[in-house]
Amino acid sequence: MKNRRTLFQASVACLTLAAAGALPLAQAQEQDPLKVGFVYVSPIGDAGWTYQHDLGRKQMEEALGDKVTTTYVESVSEGADAERVIREMAASGNDLVFATSFGYMNYVDRVAKQFPNVKFMHATGYKDGPNFHNYNARFYEARYLTGVIAGEMSDSNVLGYVAAFPIPEVLQGINAFTLGAQSVNPDIEVRVIWVNSWYDPGKEREAALALIAQGADVVTHHTDSTAIVQAAEEKGVYAVAYHSDMSKYGEKAHLTAATHHWGDYYTAAAQKALNEDGMVESVWGGVQDGFVDLAPINPAVPQPVQDKVADIKQQIKEGQFHPFTGPIVAQDGTVVLEEGQAMSDADLGQMNYYVKGVSSKMPN
Amino acid sequence: MGLIESILFATVAAGTPLLLVALGELICEKSGMLNLGAEGMMSIGAVAAFVAAFTFESTWFGLASAIVAGALLSLIYAVITVHLMANHVATGLAVAIFGVGLAAFLGKPFEAKVLPSIKPTELPWLSDIPVIGPALFGQPWMVYVTWVLFGLVVWFLAHTRGGLILKSVGESPEAATAVGIDVIRVRYLAILFGGAMAGLGGAFLSLFHTPMWAEGMVAGKGWIALALVVFATWRAWRVFFGAYLFGGVMIAQLFVQSSPIPINIPAQLLSALPYLATIVVLVLISRNAKMIRLNSPASLGKPFRKESS
Repeated sequence: MKNRRTLFQASVACLTLAAAGALPLAQAQEQDPLKVGFVYVSPIGDAGWTYQHDLGRKQMEEALGDKVTTTYVESVSEGADAERVIREMAASGNDLVFATSFGYMNYVDRVAKQFPNVKFMHATGYKDGPNFHNYNARFYEARYLTGVIAGEMSDSNVLGYVAAFPIPEVLQGINAFTLGAQSVNPDIEVRVIWVNSWYDPGKEREAALALIAQGADVVTHHTDSTAIVQAAEEKGVYAVAYHSDMSKYGEKAHLTAATHHWGDYYTAAAQKALNEDGMVESVWGGVQDGFVDLAPINPAVPQPVQDKVADIKQQIKEGQFHPFTGPIVAQDGTVVLEEGQAMSDADLGQMNYYVKGVSSKMPN
Repeated sequence: MGLIESILFATVAAGTPLLLVALGELICEKSGMLNLGAEGMMSIGAVAAFVAAFTFESTWFGLASAIVAGALLSLIYAVITVHLMANHVATGLAVAIFGVGLAAFLGKPFEAKVLPSIKPTELPWLSDIPVIGPALFGQPWMVYVTWVLFGLVVWFLAHTRGGLILKSVGESPEAATAVGIDVIRVRYLAILFGGAMAGLGGAFLSLFHTPMWAEGMVAGKGWIALALVVFATWRAWRVFFGAYLFGGVMIAQLFVQSSPIPINIPAQLLSALPYLATIVVLVLISRNAKMIRLNSPASLGKPFRKESS
């Protein structure tokens, strides 16, 4: 009984696979519009990580008109469910699939091998393959700039940082923010609270309030909700938002936001697929490529500071300045980068320490 | 506000929604009905409160619709378990999952909208007490309402005929039926009360704590509240202190993390503490048969078929 069932399931799976493999080819021959699928980790909402990716999707639709059709699935958790969604995306005739969260990496890897004719793009990961490329943004460049603003605006010399998980990308942000703040105010200390969740407004708020109670007068976050900006507005301190311009959640508090933008890249990727010209390269794009930017700066920030930030941004854009330029000293005093050197991408990708200036303990 | 005041203040804010939900669950379980749907009822309450408060610009409307929404969802549980006599645990879990999903669906158009935050109401005299004054008596008014509700529950259980009837139904529905108590009606009322309180707990989150609706904002607080009732061994006063103890643990781990003083407790361990504490209590009370008989309702979780009707 059991055997027969397995056999049945296996044959169904084979059929599905065969059908799925044939579909994209058939569609390309008919010159149908390019079908592009997006897998989102959280609801689109009105601000945040997924919202920014969806802006990118819309920009691509606008740029390419009826040459593309897009679909998306939101709130796909980073578990086995993701593999099912990604496989369905590929099986239902999408030519190009964007998987926009780190935790999808291994699932994309697996599905990409089963669908060699579908192009897979994965955000913020490090694996790739013949039909599986990845893309990421140098968020730390914008973080450095926000650190400069926060360092200038703080009176208490304590900055608060609400963070999700201690992975290199988040640590790059904390360290760049700290370096930026210290570049204008060497007395600054940054305190960090890990909430162990990308999205938990209640806990993010409690963490922000805890930081404010400990003297932080500028708070920022590497989480997805708007709760930190709201908490700062309530308590009359400043906030630096992440992902999106969140000024409508706290007009007085919102100094600026470290934002990321995907539209140009998505358009280029789709255009390349339309031209049947292979895939866009894997990329780690920064200010220079338009991947990261700052939201409009609060008028409360004095003009000289705004000018200084614009100047540093220009230097980063022109490749004259790297936020992680030595000497960089870790929290425990060891020199991790000698004077004058810029940190390599490989070292950035393995960052697992706080720099000097962060006063909280690293979770072990 | 100093550091200690801030910690206490945040503890009260974190514990209050747990207290609301756990009080409702306590009454519900005292009638013998084990409703595990708190997470779902909280979610529905949170979204209903936000939508109503946002649409009609009235906190009262928000609270009222949270009560109705929580109660309506618990009604599903009531019909399935009381009338159809289905398994309590399975039904409760279904209600929890359904509620979370339905709340996400209903709240979709309201995502990322915000309400003006509700300013704390300082009680005269009391809020001037050093240290505990601002923390206990400088809270949003819903906190005081919660304490009044707690007082009513204590009084109801200990000093009223209704409380006796409720407990007798939970101890032995057969005996209660024999003395002429309408077990079905009592259980319905207890379940509806539990649903309404869970709805209020959700409303506290979406109106007072973070005045916004976001999918998944309840974030497991319903499950903690369920654990809390067991932790408190079905006693109202222990529910009260347990709620603030659990709230305090949730807050303490945040303060511990950001302080430069090196305290080497992993944050994950602190987050898990409420559940660990509950397991410890479960182990302790299961070692002592008398304690179980004294506190937990004997018919808890058992379907009841009314004979000869």
